[in-house]
Amino acid sequence: MSTTNATIAPGSVGEVVPQRAAFAEPLALKAGRALSGYELVFETYGELNAARSNAVLVCHALSGNHHVAGFHRDNPGKAGWWDNMVGPGKAVDTNRFFVIGLNNLGGCHGSTGPASIDPATGKRYGASFPVVTVEDWVESQARLLDHLGVRRLAAAMGGSLGGMQALQWTLSHPDRIAHAVVIAAAPKLSTQNIAFNDVARQAIVSDPDFHGGDFYSHNTVPARGLKLARMLGHITYLSEDLLGSKFGREIKGEDYGFHYDVEFEIESYLRYQGDKFAQIFDANTYLLMTKALDYFDPARAADGDLARALGAAQAQFFLASFSSDWRFPPERSREVVEALVKAGKSVSYAEIDAPHGHDAFLLDNALYHRTVAAYFDRIAADVGAGARARPLIIGGAELEEMKGYAGTREAEP
Amino acid sequence: MTPRFDFDLIASWIPHGARVLDLGCGDGALLAELGERRGSAGYGVEIDGERVLAAVSRGVNVLQMNLESGLSTFGDDAFDFVILSQTLQAMRRADLVLREMLRVGREGIVTFPNFGYWRHRLAIARGRMPVSEALPYQWYDTPNIHLCTVKDFEDLCATVGAEILDERVLHEGRSVQVLPNLRGSLGVFRFRRRA
Repeated sequence: MSTTNATIAPGSVGEVVPQRAAFAEPLALKAGRALSGYELVFETYGELNAARSNAVLVCHALSGNHHVAGFHRDNPGKAGWWDNMVGPGKAVDTNRFFVIGLNNLGGCHGSTGPASIDPATGKRYGASFPVVTVEDWVESQARLLDHLGVRRLAAAMGGSLGGMQALQWTLSHPDRIAHAVVIAAAPKLSTQNIAFNDVARQAIVSDPDFHGGDFYSHNTVPARGLKLARMLGHITYLSEDLLGSKFGREIKGEDYGFHYDVEFEIESYLRYQGDKFAQIFDANTYLLMTKALDYFDPARAADGDLARALGAAQAQFFLASFSSDWRFPPERSREVVEALVKAGKSVSYAEIDAPHGHDAFLLDNALYHRTVAAYFDRIAADVGAGARARPLIIGGAELEEMKGYAGTREAEP
Repeated sequence: MTPRFDFDLIASWIPHGARVLDLGCGDGALLAELGERRGSAGYGVEIDGERVLAAVSRGVNVLQMNLESGLSTFGDDAFDFVILSQTLQAMRRADLVLREMLRVGREGIVTFPNFGYWRHRLAIARGRMPVSEALPYQWYDTPNIHLCTVKDFEDLCATVGAEILDERVLHEGRSVQVLPNLRGSLGVFRFRRRA
């Protein structure tokens, strides 16, 4: 790109610069250990109002990060992972809300994680990095809010694993959150979900290059294992119909080759996705994120009674699910709705008709975005963040996200 | 949308602070009104996404569900009132919905277009399905698949074990006293589970 004044798309927050915050106070983890100190990388969009009442925390899913919206100077063509949702005039309107995105603890995009240097040893944490949970993330996020001068969130918001964090916020800090926006999530993983996660983990840990998690010192990465994990995961984030309509039984050549190399288009696509992911993602972080998913189960502390567990919440709730999502299907969101109703909480729930599967939460869908926008108008009215100044802008995500594979968007639990 | 003559009557029956479930809540207008006038809290159930959006915009709590399969979400006696306002006639199994209303709520309120209204009878007598303000669709595109008269609904209440507490037949907002099943266009029933 030669231009420095490239036209910024309507609804984009424009160029953003990640920030860092260091936390010296040890963080006691659910696993029983403590992290002596840590850093979080984050981005913010919009302005915190004088009453400090308009902050929205966006929590990321399995492979997400702090870069929620806008673009970085060194890569102006690549927008943040929820750029179609967050920006001036978008559903989460940065003209009215102060939006915070962060890379979670244990991540691999700049926050302290397995690839970071352990100050106690001077070496990378590797296998010694503790397992962190959704509850631990919420605690670390609460400290980030302290750092930013935010006492109470207008909303915490997320899809999939991000939605679980939004839900946990209402239980860990009921007095610090007004609304939880929980999208394509579940109150806990199903047996089948844990099974998928374990196959992914086994792919990684059985890669000879994994070296028990300390592959950094061997100057290698378990790319084959991570690739397989990603391929498996990716299949589950998309619907069967979508895969069928995009790739069908297309083959590369004219006729069957009767060999074991790449032949069907879907094979080519999945390998491409897996290879790309293995180059940019940390294998230990993948293990950690999938474990955080597996362990999430707020009802466990209430003898399995989700309604009783959610009784502590003071927030109002908005949930959404997608008809074709078989990884976190609508029934799982309805479990949360049912428990919230039983607990007498304020809740609205939309079941969006979408063909894409779990990834639908990241993609353009007019009714989905209009409904989220309508709920955020309610939040704005509730916290005194003002009225929408311009019509809703929907879009930004490539709907044909698989076109030619290049530039493909991804989503994860 | 036709004016909802049933709203005033329903609002007059709902005590302050009652917990209300509005089945087929549409754009949430009734719940919003009950919230304002009676301070009632509750939820709407709606199957159509655009109407769910409208209800969210209104600030009422709405749950997008098929009320013919989704009432299992709600526990026994979870609500003081369960309302089915001008939705009964679109149900596949109106009898089962009514039974679920009796389970979930202490009291039920149902309103429906009275097929016994004289204009509808006249249309039939002339050999055509009625099309009116209350029933604005053609026979082939109507969502109203189970039309009934006030007398039919009385019979259904008996069948499902509902004790009728109040029964009105309205026309243009006024209660019809003489020949209600002939002169009234909107049936409004309030009932509870027979002890």
